[in-house]
Amino acid sequence: MSSKMTPTVEIRSAPHVKAPRSVEQIMRNVVYSLLPVCAFFIFQYGISAAALLIVVTGACLLTERFFLATGTQAGRLADWSATITGILLALSLPPGFPLWMGFVAGAVAIALGKAIFGGIGFNVFNPALVGRAFVQAAFPTAIATYTPSFLPGRFSEFVPSSLAMPLMMPADVSVWLHERQLDALAGATPLAKWKFEGVLANAVDLLTSLSGHMAVGPAPLLILLCGAYLAARRFLDWRIPASILGSATALALVLYSINPEHYPNPLFMLFSGGLIIGAIYMATDMVSSPVTPRGMVLYGVLIGVLTVVIRYYSGLPEGVMYAILIGNASMPLIERISQPTPFGKGVFNRQKRPASFTLDPDFIAPEITRAPTRTSRFSRKKDGADA
Amino acid sequence: MNFLSYFRNEAFERGIHPPSCKLTADTPIRRLPFAPRLVVPLSQHIGKPALPVVRVGEEVQRGQLIARADDGLSVPHHAPATGVVEAIELRPSARGPWAPAIVIRVHPGSSQEDLCANPRDLAKASSDELRQAIRDSGMVGLGGAAFPTYAKLAIPAGAKAHTLVVNGCECEPYLTCDHRVMVEEADDLIAGIRYGLRATGAVRAIIGVEDNKPAAVAAIKAAIARHEAAGQPDGAIFVEAVPTKYPQGSEKMLLMALFGVEVPSGKLPISLGMVVNNVGTLAALGRLLPSGRGLTERVVTITGPGVSRPGDYRVPLGTPLRFILDYAGAPAGMNDARQVILGGPMMGQALPSLDIPITKGVSGVLVFRGEDLAQRENVTTYPCIKCGECVGACPMGLNPSQLGMLAAKREYDAMAEGYFLGECFECGCCTYVCPSNIPLVQQFRVAKQVLREKSAK
Repeated sequence: MSSKMTPTVEIRSAPHVKAPRSVEQIMRNVVYSLLPVCAFFIFQYGISAAALLIVVTGACLLTERFFLATGTQAGRLADWSATITGILLALSLPPGFPLWMGFVAGAVAIALGKAIFGGIGFNVFNPALVGRAFVQAAFPTAIATYTPSFLPGRFSEFVPSSLAMPLMMPADVSVWLHERQLDALAGATPLAKWKFEGVLANAVDLLTSLSGHMAVGPAPLLILLCGAYLAARRFLDWRIPASILGSATALALVLYSINPEHYPNPLFMLFSGGLIIGAIYMATDMVSSPVTPRGMVLYGVLIGVLTVVIRYYSGLPEGVMYAILIGNASMPLIERISQPTPFGKGVFNRQKRPASFTLDPDFIAPEITRAPTRTSRFSRKKDGADA
Repeated sequence: MNFLSYFRNEAFERGIHPPSCKLTADTPIRRLPFAPRLVVPLSQHIGKPALPVVRVGEEVQRGQLIARADDGLSVPHHAPATGVVEAIELRPSARGPWAPAIVIRVHPGSSQEDLCANPRDLAKASSDELRQAIRDSGMVGLGGAAFPTYAKLAIPAGAKAHTLVVNGCECEPYLTCDHRVMVEEADDLIAGIRYGLRATGAVRAIIGVEDNKPAAVAAIKAAIARHEAAGQPDGAIFVEAVPTKYPQGSEKMLLMALFGVEVPSGKLPISLGMVVNNVGTLAALGRLLPSGRGLTERVVTITGPGVSRPGDYRVPLGTPLRFILDYAGAPAGMNDARQVILGGPMMGQALPSLDIPITKGVSGVLVFRGEDLAQRENVTTYPCIKCGECVGACPMGLNPSQLGMLAAKREYDAMAEGYFLGECFECGCCTYVCPSNIPLVQQFRVAKQVLREKSAK
């Protein structure tokens, strides 16, 4: 406020009104849309999954709080962005993942994925994937050990590996499953089974994740529904998931039609592993994805193609994470070649949309005596034919 | 941005839909009484200031010429009231620096009837004579830019105009002055369009009105029917309802909505054979030209949550803002210039003080309450989260996100060369939609100013 001695002149410049949308609102709605996914994840895997969600999200928030207090990063704890990172990271880990490793993943995600770049708005990579990439490298066995879903007693008993002491390696889950006579179920994810054993899961089972004791993440169908909510309210851009899923399906379909013996069908490709959650929630992280509409499509196609290539031709069963990280890294290059064309700068000054009037000076109006009605995009009349 | 927008028949790509807040759309235009003193700035328009032709102490009559047009781009000004010239001195202006103005002490009880006029026979006037008559009336674009109308209707050598486009979009929230003029003065508008057609040599006129003003479209249709009954002298006139969207009042956007073509970058609409004028301007021309009167008053929307009697008022030019605020029911003793905006909320001008007069280019006075101000200021600014809302809102197809990041680094040259800063016409869509509350368009204004100063050196 101005003092009486030196009155300050404050001039604001237009616009003087503001759309109600804010960063907090966007982030909060993403969290809301993740809640059903979390609930289903807990329903599948019981208290181990619940504990993992809480520990990982807590680790993210604690780390964010620490770096905010040191003043080295932008944003506020209340902007919900660290909460999203925590939830997404937890959903991408196996439900029996040791909790202390989950804590490490959360701390690394925020510290190395976000805080060192300067906080919200500055991260180059999706922080959740940075955390996951770190634990994938640090704890390769633990992250590949999935427990089957819908185990009896999952709401009263932790998976023993969850409760491994900090800095200790977890107990072998197969022993625990053997004690409970569930060995037949023990095993890898559907993608690992296909890659290493040649067993192909049913796409519909994968889509709902409801049947049997499958070692999968949250149901793709549920994630698609939550993503549709976000896209409809424009909290994510539909171009990114559409182009990721579209390009991955197209490439998988081409390969499948060339050699159906060797390559799985495109639906398996689409619904197994983390492709859906990656396309809907991970790749659409606003900060690490392009802003230009053309760039979003390029970025999505790059991720979709890379995912299929890594899955089919590398030693790894899953490729979504690396595909998205590569997509994030190439985002500045993609933006550079995908800047929008400004109004009036197009090479061809063609008619952009149907209109009631034309520029032809000899043509005055479709019917000279009456102002014409607008023609729709799909039933365009030949303007000027009757003039 | 919106997936569905691809299937809709939208007027132009991108743009925004702010709440329209047209509080005064149904209130008829009322006259504002004279303030005790009127302040007529010599520069109310784009171009050279006018030159005063009266002396201090001289009696003037309403409508009398008090400042003649300078050579080049300039228009004359006329006395808005009968009274005595009290002073010719520097007065605060809306732009900030004090500017020369003629102060008239109004005789008590003087009439708002125009007393001075210079009628001339325009029935057989050539287009040059018509433009001279338009210049003599002191007419400027009443939509806000205040560009002299005679110059806007002049066709450059070698070009030919075939269409006069009349801009009745009024896409700014809150403002309704053009709407009321179209409803109440449709016949004046048609008369003005006929002068416009003759001055430009165009064969047809198209009035573009946003489809949230059906009353205006109906009134104009009725007036056009009368025009057709008279045998369409001077050319064919059409009215077209275009889908409502901000910033359709920008002439390039309106031409896109009506014709589906882009005006090439760096060119004027005349390159496509079109001349664009505002409805308020042409309606005023239609009223003033036949009797040869000067522009002494204009319709101003006085609105906003801060006034208790919002409405469209016919305001004598030079009326001090404080007088208007009192009359429209702003809280007594309001002294905070931050609450008042000249024009609409999207592109209107914030004021340095409340001691400024209404000039020819002021289309609205928007008054906020103190709490609206507090709400506007208590927002957290975040770094750009690259959500792409601004890219999806910019009607010119720029990348405001990238421009904003360059502006923060003061790389103004890169903004102009790589990212088309010069195309920005400061509509404010990017700032409006930004969830991080980054003052994007404000930064662009600074950048353009810096670049202008650099190129002037």
